[in-house]
Amino acid sequence: MSGISIIKTENIIKKYGKNIALDGVSVEIESGRIYGLLGRNGAGKSTLMNIITNRVFATSGKVTLDGEDLLENDKALNRIYAMSETVALPGGLSFKQAVNITADFYKKFDKEYAKSLAEKFRLDPKKRLSGLSTGYTTIAKIILTLASGADFLIFDEPVLGLDANHRDLFYRLLVERYAKQNCGVVISTHLIEECENLVENVIIIDKGKVLAAGKTEDILADGYSVTGSKKLVKAYCDGKEVLAEKNLGAICSAYIRGVPYNVPSGLEVSNPDLQHVFITLTGEEGEQ
Amino acid sequence: MDLKFETERPIYIQLADWLSDLIISGTIAEGDQIPSTTEISAEYKVNPATALKGINMLVDKDIIFKKRGLGMFVSNGAVDKLKAERQEDFQQTYVEKMCAEARKLGISKTEIIEMIERGFDK
Repeated sequence: MSGISIIKTENIIKKYGKNIALDGVSVEIESGRIYGLLGRNGAGKSTLMNIITNRVFATSGKVTLDGEDLLENDKALNRIYAMSETVALPGGLSFKQAVNITADFYKKFDKEYAKSLAEKFRLDPKKRLSGLSTGYTTIAKIILTLASGADFLIFDEPVLGLDANHRDLFYRLLVERYAKQNCGVVISTHLIEECENLVENVIIIDKGKVLAAGKTEDILADGYSVTGSKKLVKAYCDGKEVLAEKNLGAICSAYIRGVPYNVPSGLEVSNPDLQHVFITLTGEEGEQ
Repeated sequence: MDLKFETERPIYIQLADWLSDLIISGTIAEGDQIPSTTEISAEYKVNPATALKGINMLVDKDIIFKKRGLGMFVSNGAVDKLKAERQEDFQQTYVEKMCAEARKLGISKTEIIEMIERGFDK
């Protein structure tokens, strides 16, 4: 792929009856980058991905690829492969048949590569999709996505049911594929810790809205934690934007927006990881 | 070989330090090829751009050089250069931290010096 391609969602609203699944979501996904799409259960991640790939239609708003509307635009949709697309395949198909059908739709699909991946994961290509375990269902989907040849690969819970070895293998293969073809990658997952250093950009959604989007390092640099005695922490927090506070006996830890300055001795400053930021941003009152 | 990241410093700096350690210890000798960006990012699950940033830090300091189409290699004199750099940082990285900890625990200057002497003779 030459040049940078970009998927844009513009003010996507999706309603299911009275429920609002997505409430004005505008995000940009560029080729040549790895994105983490993070959100709690029911936050709207899958709905968003399904709208991008036209499996679900938005109530309003639009999705474009390089400025072209994606709605029923088969040519443009052919450049995006979402892992959830395999759901549409009949369960009675063998994995090999699933490969052939997918290859009919995706012109750049690499059958040889799919075959070699199946061997690496020890997936029997003659097995029916419906007969696969949770882990192997995920593996079948991962392989079809990696081999699709699409410019954008969208992974929805790509390590669901995978054991440690297969998770490791998946991340390796993903990096290799990404490095070789410079595709755009979106990883939607709950397991943030595993991919936190892999995702260059993060989109955090909660209750149908984008809470934060940007470079991972910028989002991490947006806040810091101080830990110490309750009295010291309270005094330090005065006048600062405190995003979250946690108490452990007499010890208090506060997550504060901005950069640390004039921290008194006795307080320990630390940089939170992505998981910590995520929990803080998406946590409910009383849950912490 | 093992590399575990901490959250206190940027990943690319930790990667550069890790490579520097491997070079100082001679695990990767001068003239040897270093692992590729893709190999490093696949092994340690870091974004290839991050891995590249870490490697480029060492390229900028002439610790590593690129051979077009072949990969990246450790420069001649890299070990001495890295050692000199680490020696400069030694005061800040180790001595000052040690003194701060000693003050916290009430260890005297004489006691520290004794400990160092014992440690050195081991």
